[in-house]
Amino acid sequence: METFDTLEVDHIIEKYGSDRSFLISMLHDVQAKYRFLPEDVLRYISHKLDIPLINIYRIATFYKSFSLTPKGKHQIRVCLGTACHVRGGQRILDSLERNLGVKTGETTEDEKFTLERVNCVGCCALGPVVVVDKEYHGNMEVSKVEKVIEKYS
Amino acid sequence: MNRLKSPKELEILREEILSRKALQKVCVSICLGTSCHAFGGKKVSEAFQSEIERRGIKNKVEIKNTGCHGFCEKGPIVVIHPDEICYVEVKPEDAQEIVSETIVGGKIVERLLYKDPNTGEKYVHESEIPFHKFQTKIVFDYNNKVSPRSIDDYIALGGYLALKKAIFEMTPENVLSEIKEANLRGRGGGGFDAGRKWESARNASGSPKYVVVNCDEGDPGAYMDRSLMEENPHIILEGLTLGAYAIGSNKGFIYVREEYPYAVENALFAIEQARERGLLGKNILGSGFSFDVDVHRGAGAFVSGESSALLTTLEGLVGEPRPKYIHMAEKGLWGKPTNLNNVETWANVPLIISNGSSWFRSIGTEGSKGTKIFSLVGKVNNTGLIEVPMGITLRDIIYKIGGGIKGEKKFKAVQTGGPSGGCIPEQYLDTPVDFDELTKLGSMMGSGGMIVMDEDTCMVDVAKYFTDFLKDESCGKCAPCREGLDRMSEILERITEGKGMPEDIELLLKISSLMKDASLCALGTTAPNPVLSTIRYFRDEYDAHIIEKRCPALACRNLVEYLVDETKCTGCGACVKSCPSNAISGKKKKAHSIDQGECINCGICFDICKFDAVVKR
Ligand SMILES: Cc1cc2nc3c(=O)[nH]c(=O)nc-3n(C[C@H](O)[C@H](O)[C@H](O)COP(=O)(O)O)c2cc1C
Ligand code: FES
Repeated sequence: METFDTLEVDHIIEKYGSDRSFLISMLHDVQAKYRFLPEDVLRYISHKLDIPLINIYRIATFYKSFSLTPKGKHQIRVCLGTACHVRGGQRILDSLERNLGVKTGETTEDEKFTLERVNCVGCCALGPVVVVDKEYHGNMEVSKVEKVIEKYS
Repeated sequence: MNRLKSPKELEILREEILSRKALQKVCVSICLGTSCHAFGGKKVSEAFQSEIERRGIKNKVEIKNTGCHGFCEKGPIVVIHPDEICYVEVKPEDAQEIVSETIVGGKIVERLLYKDPNTGEKYVHESEIPFHKFQTKIVFDYNNKVSPRSIDDYIALGGYLALKKAIFEMTPENVLSEIKEANLRGRGGGGFDAGRKWESARNASGSPKYVVVNCDEGDPGAYMDRSLMEENPHIILEGLTLGAYAIGSNKGFIYVREEYPYAVENALFAIEQARERGLLGKNILGSGFSFDVDVHRGAGAFVSGESSALLTTLEGLVGEPRPKYIHMAEKGLWGKPTNLNNVETWANVPLIISNGSSWFRSIGTEGSKGTKIFSLVGKVNNTGLIEVPMGITLRDIIYKIGGGIKGEKKFKAVQTGGPSGGCIPEQYLDTPVDFDELTKLGSMMGSGGMIVMDEDTCMVDVAKYFTDFLKDESCGKCAPCREGLDRMSEILERITEGKGMPEDIELLLKISSLMKDASLCALGTTAPNPVLSTIRYFRDEYDAHIIEKRCPALACRNLVEYLVDETKCTGCGACVKSCPSNAISGKKKKAHSIDQGECINCGICFDICKFDAVVKR
């Protein structure tokens, strides 16, 4: 008996015509659904597409976007691209770490937030930038950090 | 949507669109690029929509949500055509006034015009604003005129006419030689001759052949590829299709980094639209030529933007580079002949085919033709995306377009070329922007990040920033890059902590030369550039850190102290509340003080104080 809905995963695989070269896109969709890459699902995909599990595991650990442990409900991404770095992005990240009580890359105990650093989200003119889920918060200041967290709490 | 079956039908459709558009006299174009979106552009657009409906003038006024106008600093931007009246920092509440005053009344709303912070002068028309005036927009020209989801907008402006011209009036060889004549060089970093690359792929034996768009945009601090892909995906599709025709390929791929979800969505949408119109897919415009495109998403790895690594990613494998002696023109994707170009390179192709190579060659310098799009960011007044002719000086970009340095600060350096590039100091600001000139200075054109740094930026910290970035991103396949970056990062770390040793600079130079010689891919061979260029031009800053244990820019955490200026402190207590280590104390409404023993130099009090009472030393 599977621990997940195989139909859903089948659906993802079929969306890409069961084409192995779309593995990364499939993993993105799996991650969007479960907020991480559950081992059982990876085994299932390995079986369905006849890709050795080790190859899937390599991809899952090579790329920064993928996680083998559950991510929080909200993803907070702090930009530390060059433009945001020279405008003080690091201080925003430090402040978020303290406020949430987690280190970068970790998820809060209540599984509400995952804090991540990214390199350029493509609106450098607004730096420093924090992206929560799909919402952009530009011209961030340390004094605005608490308000941003509250908004999603 | 009707599928177009002949070139004639494309012309008829274009006429139809144009006559439909002629009825709507006024067009309100609202920027919904990422930055304007973040500033609330969508609400502004909705406000206009409902105001137009309320007044019952919907059939006379077109509301168009467009891509980035470039001037992200001042978003949301609204431009009223045909008079091109430009309003900046528009709020939803302003919609009513703009409609009644400008659209109905024909008057200008003074308070929403752009005002030059240096001269105080106000500008009515978008193109007169200094930020725009000194640019040459050819590729970007469409961005504020088309809605990314409307193929009709693109067709109205002459879109897909280059494709029609190519497949009905030109042979693939003609298309290829036009690109060769144009001397188009790749915009993805290296500046390779695009025509020559195409030719190798065309001449290579083996089929099928593939064409690929590189939209990985790994340079942290650059976003022009994103903007093009998100806001005018059709120009890229058209360019790619032209390339496929010239090379003899029927299948293309667009690889987009995962951080750009809207770029993926809009590319997919555009592909679907182009297929429905018969401009993509089987038997394009009834010509017998077929070509189709898939979109692949990345997953957050800088090295996957390297061409050979990108191809392995497309194959569904881990994106690691391959040795350079395998030529992708012969053995690329699945071992087949493949041609890969950057987004901006592809976007130039339809323009060259439409206007001819001599037109393209008339812009730019001897060795670098055409324009380049940069993301001008960092410590300048006007940040945003700019398109400039090759050969413009760095000074003109920073001072005329960028409006100079933010605040009362002094310029220190401009960084180009991303993590593979370098920092260029003041004395070279009159250098023309050109592939070869920038390389001579120890930097490079790169994909177009241009980050301006002022006196508050520490150049050792910048070198450390890029080295750490590359250390994280190195795939680890070859030892010189993996180990070299690790050691360099350690050395830079200790220098910024005030623990550097005099021989450290020698050591950095030695590691750099080794990495340049021995790394597998360009990530490793160019990785020392940030370190080398900062040592070359800012040696004094390294010496200050190593010998005097001092950071001249007051940026390195372990080398600064925070103090309270008692004459300015009002005792408001804001810093006390925000200090994470309880290092600040003092009576209410009296000057506070910082306990240096407890202070962790985080700088939060410095950021938060409204009275500039916290000072750095
Ligand atoms: C580590 C590394 C990362 C790269 N990242 C990108 C990128 O994000 N986008 C890009 O267009 N080119 C990137 N390149 C350059 C590509 O390898 C390739 O030269 C380029 O895409 C070719 O296109 P062009 O000839 O049109 O410039 C990168 C190169 C290296 C070594
Ligand atoms: S550097 Fe932060 S958005 Fe580009």
